[in-house]
Amino acid sequence: MRYETVIGLEVHVELATNSKIFCSCSAHSYGADPNSHVCPACCGMPGMLPVVNKRVVDFGMKAGMMLGCDINRVTTFDKKSYYYPDLPAAYQTTQWFAPVAVNGLVEIETSKGKKNIRIKQIHMEEDAGKLVHDIREDTTHVDFNRTSVPLIEIVSQPDLSSAEEVEAYLERLKTLLRYARVAECEMAHGTMRCDVNLSVRPEGSDKLGVRAEMKNMNSIEAIKRAIEYETARHIDAIENGTEELRQETRRWDDIKGKSYAMRTKETAGDYRYFPDPNVMPVVIDDEWFNSIKASLPEFPEVKREKYTGEYGLGEYDAEQLTKSIALCDCFEEAYSVCKSAKDAANWMISEVMSILNAKKMTYDMLDISGKALGELIVLVSDGKVGRVNAKKILSAMFDDASIDPAAYAEANGLIVSNDTGLVEEVVKAAIAADPKAVADFKGGKEKALMALFGKCMKQLKGNCDPAVLRTILIDHIQKS
Amino acid sequence: MKLYTAKTETSAENKIVVDDMILTKDIPTTAGSKMLEGYVSLFEAEVLTRLNNAGYGLCGKADVGEFSFDLLGETSCNGANIVDGKLVNAAARIVSDGDAFAAITLDVNGSTRRAAAQSGLVSIKPTYGTVSRYGTIPVACSGETVSVTAKCPMCVREVLDVIAGHDDKDGTSLPEELCAKIKKGAEAKKAEKVAIIGDFLSCVYDDVKAKVDAASEALKAAGITVDVIDSKVIESARVAWNILMCAELCNNVSRYDGVKFGYRSRNFTNLDELYVNSRTEAFGETLKTAILFGSETLSTENYMKVYDKALRTRRVIVEEFAKIFQEYDAVIIPACSSLAYTEETLKNKYIAFEENLFTAPASITGLPAVVSGSVQIIGKAFSENTLLDLAKIVKEGK
Repeated sequence: MRYETVIGLEVHVELATNSKIFCSCSAHSYGADPNSHVCPACCGMPGMLPVVNKRVVDFGMKAGMMLGCDINRVTTFDKKSYYYPDLPAAYQTTQWFAPVAVNGLVEIETSKGKKNIRIKQIHMEEDAGKLVHDIREDTTHVDFNRTSVPLIEIVSQPDLSSAEEVEAYLERLKTLLRYARVAECEMAHGTMRCDVNLSVRPEGSDKLGVRAEMKNMNSIEAIKRAIEYETARHIDAIENGTEELRQETRRWDDIKGKSYAMRTKETAGDYRYFPDPNVMPVVIDDEWFNSIKASLPEFPEVKREKYTGEYGLGEYDAEQLTKSIALCDCFEEAYSVCKSAKDAANWMISEVMSILNAKKMTYDMLDISGKALGELIVLVSDGKVGRVNAKKILSAMFDDASIDPAAYAEANGLIVSNDTGLVEEVVKAAIAADPKAVADFKGGKEKALMALFGKCMKQLKGNCDPAVLRTILIDHIQKS
Repeated sequence: MKLYTAKTETSAENKIVVDDMILTKDIPTTAGSKMLEGYVSLFEAEVLTRLNNAGYGLCGKADVGEFSFDLLGETSCNGANIVDGKLVNAAARIVSDGDAFAAITLDVNGSTRRAAAQSGLVSIKPTYGTVSRYGTIPVACSGETVSVTAKCPMCVREVLDVIAGHDDKDGTSLPEELCAKIKKGAEAKKAEKVAIIGDFLSCVYDDVKAKVDAASEALKAAGITVDVIDSKVIESARVAWNILMCAELCNNVSRYDGVKFGYRSRNFTNLDELYVNSRTEAFGETLKTAILFGSETLSTENYMKVYDKALRTRRVIVEEFAKIFQEYDAVIIPACSSLAYTEETLKNKYIAFEENLFTAPASITGLPAVVSGSVQIIGKAFSENTLLDLAKIVKEGK
């Protein structure tokens, strides 16, 4: 008999707001000292009241719209109770009754073609803290830096049926949420985490099999291995009766390549959800809704089509530029200033992206001004700044995003000089200093010219049109 | 027996006492519970900041019942205050004795109003959202309100003016323009018609009945029409409030788990024992009853049958009041069944869940309630000025 795997995902994504969801603590504590980003509110101390961070709702709505959801115009927060030391108030504020977004649709593409995955809902909630086990002292410490950092949980319908589809779906979520600039979605940083719900049934059956749930998966490769292992385990159990399948939570051990039962659903806690009386329902009026709608970016494929069509770029360039919304924005702004898509794309791909790579920055971290880049490109194409010096200016723009390229070039002596008298002086001195190179060039060694050219250009601090220098140099060699 | 959980020095002319549900910096806030013995908050309540800025000085903190949802404070970990066989509320006693000009308390389940009625004091539980709850120990957040108790309506008025107002730190705090409606000088309707809800009169002793009659006479003498009306709906506030209060309480006190602050049992070998033993050893019986009840009502099995129904009942009661207020400017309901509780009263373990028959209607709806002349006068939202005028008539006959 042939079987099919039925998979639904619950994906937790940390929202990239500056502050936490209900207090003004910084939400960015990756790598920070334990308990350095906390206040009485996110430590669960009595007497602090939650005040909703409006940016979180903005981001929740954006995420919903990017994933094709309907937005609940009145969205409410609820309390979910359970005891664990990393949850300081012993309840998590989440959305149970009226989540911000419902009924979405995400298109994925795999080797089998395109497929739509339905989104059941997206809800906003606060993250929990972290337990740090000290084996040496045999104690456990609690770090509340992460408590109340805003999350969205994206709940899919059980529409996925293979590891490949799951990977494509997660990549698609990551791309769309990064494009909307609402989240980093980096599994290695814990800013994207995934619960996998999986069951197996005979192909074509409309009844769902017994479901296993694997929580807190944090790498796509591990998820793929876990899905393959679980699928095989379920089929083995159904066909050969190797074990009785139970609805349960399982832990995936990626090193051993096996999953283990954690607890059965029957004994799982009752979360006792109820509306949080301290958080008033959030009412999203037309003005708010429309302002968020208007702020949404074009989808990557729309941009690619625009770049290869309207802008006349090649497939490779379009592919590179659309890797990040930050690259797209910078490129489009530079293009609007310099009016050459080809030049703007070249500068983006061969200079900007390589600086980012060298600095070990992600493309999303790009924050130079696209307008300034466009102006720099114009300075180069007008022959006012040499290419080497232009790269110096670009490098300075990475350190200070407010730099005006023309003013910076002026202030730092990086403007191409039209003073041929100065060039001739430099050339004469270079020829006099290196008769061997002159002789070599005259003897037919082209390379010798390059050495002289380089020395002159260096002497001129790069501020000379290369063609002009070359002409004057050859002229003087031949005269000498 | 303990009136103060802490005393503080102040040179201010106007001294106030706050109950131990109001957070103070530097001195402990215990909520009357062994769980919070010695707990010192990192920040103070907004009401206290406002009072300090207005020149009031804190003279101490009054003992409260454990998380303040009992009758008068008898469930405090310090024991009940019983004087001459009568149960006494600490905050009210401190005001009666003249040690403080006013008491600021968190009215969770009516203890403030019962205490005022039994001590002949005046108290006001203002409209929900007009006084910040920032810095008050949370118990039943959807209905609890910071209240003021003093000797006369004008004394209460003075303090209320200082503490009322919008606060960004409280998400349920109303905008300033709404808060301003309850302040001195805001336009107030002069009451013409007041209704006594008759159903409650059959549930009180003669001493309380006499106070209601006296209030009625005083109002009539001032030219106000007083009718006795029936409303079975409002009585159902008790059951609904008990459900909502206990559920919220159960959730709010779950943070006291022995891990971060408060009492921690010495007797544990694993996490479950840490939780269970800390809570078992530190919480009192009445609180445990409320926690278990609240936990049950929120379970998946009972939520729709019990909790959701209580929320709907709350809505029905709000509508019932609105209907009554179409015709009447205020409603009189006794604040308690008797003008004195004794040790005999306390033999009923569930007395706090029964005696709140009288206080639950204003708690569950968030409507303002004034106690004066030992009766409770409830008005529509933001009608504090009208209520205080009535309080004056009831208390002083004018």
